[in-house]
Amino acid sequence: MSEQITGAQSLVKALEHAGVDVMFGIPGGAILPAYDPIFDSTIRHILVRHEQGAGHAATGYAQVTGRVGVCIATSGPGATNLVTALADAQMDSVPIVAITGQVSSSAIGTDAFQEADIRGITMPVTKHNFLITNPDDIPNAVAAAFHIASTGRPGAVLVDISKDALQKMTTFHWPSEVILPGYSPILNPANSEVVAAVNLIAEAKQPVFYVGGGLIKSDASKELLKLAEFTGAPVVTTLMARGAFPDSHKQHLGMPGMHGTVAAVTALQKADLLITLGARFDDRVTGQVSSFAPNAKIIHADIDPAEIGKVRQADVALIGDLKNTINALQIEVEKAFKKAKPDIADWWKQCNGWLNKFPLGYDQPSDGSLSPQYVIERIGKIAGPEAIYVAGVGQHQMWASQFVSYENPRTWLNSGGLGTMGYAVPAAMGAKVGLPGATVWAIDGDGCFQMTNQELVTCALNNIPIKVAIINNESLGMVRQWQTLFYNSRFSNTDLHSHRVPDFKMLAEAMGCVGLRCETKEDVDRVIQEAMAINDRPVVIDFNVHRDAMVWPMVAAGASNDDIVVAKSMAPIWDSQEL
Amino acid sequence: MATHTLSVLVENSPGVLARIAALFSRRGYNIESLAVGPTEDSNISRMTIVITVEGHALQQVIAQTNKLINVLSITELDPIASVQRELLLVKVNTSPETRSQVLETVQLFRAKVVDVAQDAVTIEATGNSEKIHALLRVLEPYGIKELVQSGLVAMERGLKPGTSSL
Repeated sequence: MSEQITGAQSLVKALEHAGVDVMFGIPGGAILPAYDPIFDSTIRHILVRHEQGAGHAATGYAQVTGRVGVCIATSGPGATNLVTALADAQMDSVPIVAITGQVSSSAIGTDAFQEADIRGITMPVTKHNFLITNPDDIPNAVAAAFHIASTGRPGAVLVDISKDALQKMTTFHWPSEVILPGYSPILNPANSEVVAAVNLIAEAKQPVFYVGGGLIKSDASKELLKLAEFTGAPVVTTLMARGAFPDSHKQHLGMPGMHGTVAAVTALQKADLLITLGARFDDRVTGQVSSFAPNAKIIHADIDPAEIGKVRQADVALIGDLKNTINALQIEVEKAFKKAKPDIADWWKQCNGWLNKFPLGYDQPSDGSLSPQYVIERIGKIAGPEAIYVAGVGQHQMWASQFVSYENPRTWLNSGGLGTMGYAVPAAMGAKVGLPGATVWAIDGDGCFQMTNQELVTCALNNIPIKVAIINNESLGMVRQWQTLFYNSRFSNTDLHSHRVPDFKMLAEAMGCVGLRCETKEDVDRVIQEAMAINDRPVVIDFNVHRDAMVWPMVAAGASNDDIVVAKSMAPIWDSQEL
Repeated sequence: MATHTLSVLVENSPGVLARIAALFSRRGYNIESLAVGPTEDSNISRMTIVITVEGHALQQVIAQTNKLINVLSITELDPIASVQRELLLVKVNTSPETRSQVLETVQLFRAKVVDVAQDAVTIEATGNSEKIHALLRVLEPYGIKELVQSGLVAMERGLKPGTSSL
């Protein structure tokens, strides 16, 4: 007869069997039984300061390693504090598993102390979730959770376990396979569709590879490079795909979308074929959908069948894992191009014209204050393409996507879909735990930083030496930019007055980090170098930057991508033949 | 806008109805009717969902519903190739003068009287939506005191396997 153990012991054993090496969490009443066996486990538990931090840390860990990130919290408020992080991970298709304690099964539904229906609450923001009240079900639920989170289109999964299920005795059986009759992701595209796609590629005169975050999830960068170079077509990488294709590559036109490069946005608009790889026609990319890429046929490759036709009808749908899909395309394209290789020289002439005429750039502030773009550009240059960059949400995020050169996948982390302010510090913590040898820079805003900076305490106490650059413009910069452009410069509630309140340098030091400050252009390199030299503690740099800097180019929300603006009140001047 | 009937087989697990309802609600799909019941396999329930959507939106509804882990299969039922039925219970006012006319209507529609009171009869009818609506139109002038209607249930005609293939 199998050994009798508690449900809690079974849970920890299951997590060990699932290959978990680290989890981020905070104990509390309902999850307390699980924390006793955690004390003896090989799994490293990192005690965070807020459950949201645990969730984003699991996300950051998953994004850099490609493995499932794990967070754990108690019932009620512990669980509800995870909701933002779960929604964030789900929107960006990041594999994370959350374990939450629940009140005892007899108390469920009675409005018991610290009771919240977290399964009900998280249904719309997870790929799947479980409520377990029988200890015998724990190993199967954990195995299924990891399987669901990491396969198909990755996502967030929550396992809620009642306190009595953790306390009762059970036996442990790790399932040899996970049986989910309603779940079987399609891994390979239909051959007929691959041939149909290649026929479109062979006919296209103005093709563009529209590459999204799915490419990074599928670890298909090498395959993309090969296919892109073979076909010679231009490549654009979305906010979630920065690093999927080297920025230095001559076929790379940059990022499309609301703050994309003129070349990338315009190439999509003028294309006759979009080879869409793991992208989802997000509104931040398409602008007004009805005028997006009006002349383009669409090849849409995605592992999620529900993405096909959700926003834009596809001419050819390739449902499957992207790595397999690209390999299949490569074989057929090589066959097709043997007969005739399409001539896209004229197309490149146009694309190069946009690249040369409208490069990304910025002006130095006329009053001599520090340019935020310059700060970010220098961090990217000094830390280099092997470092990991993690942004919050807002202007600094856009600048970090524009002015750092990304050469490698999984080096750019941000909250793309949900747009979660406060993501950077905890996600950087998770990334550093996942890749302790890497240099991890959080590029954060002063608004974002004030939402989750307490995790720097966690970093300081747990030897997680991340580096944080606060791009401090004393305001909620992106909202302020919109107020400038669309609300007649009426700055309602966007001034954070954070020049010295809080004093970020002192705050950093109070949390056990090194605090630095930089106010002039001359000091930028020196301060970054100083931060780069510190590896035993987290470092925070308060960069006091010009507050009126804006993110350009810009397509206003809901406007057509044809109406891209390169700087305030300045639309690109098109040659007549380009229109 | 067109009406479609979806037959959805789901795992008989707690919360599955909430998952379907929440999905339809958050994606803005409009449910006309929903009926849930057991199948010949006690682990599986069948939902018959009637929705009104435009053109290719139907494919989205099916694809999004299929993503739910507890959903085993989903098929659109062609109204011609399937049997579709609703159940109606309706309490109609009757007087000594009108009772025989009401009973005649019941006969004509092959419905049944399931309860009789001094001033009312309760009628049970099954049929497709058109028949139920037609019956109600005829009964309306007598005065409907109360009515209750089930959601639509439907099944493919012929031998094509439904649950037996699972």
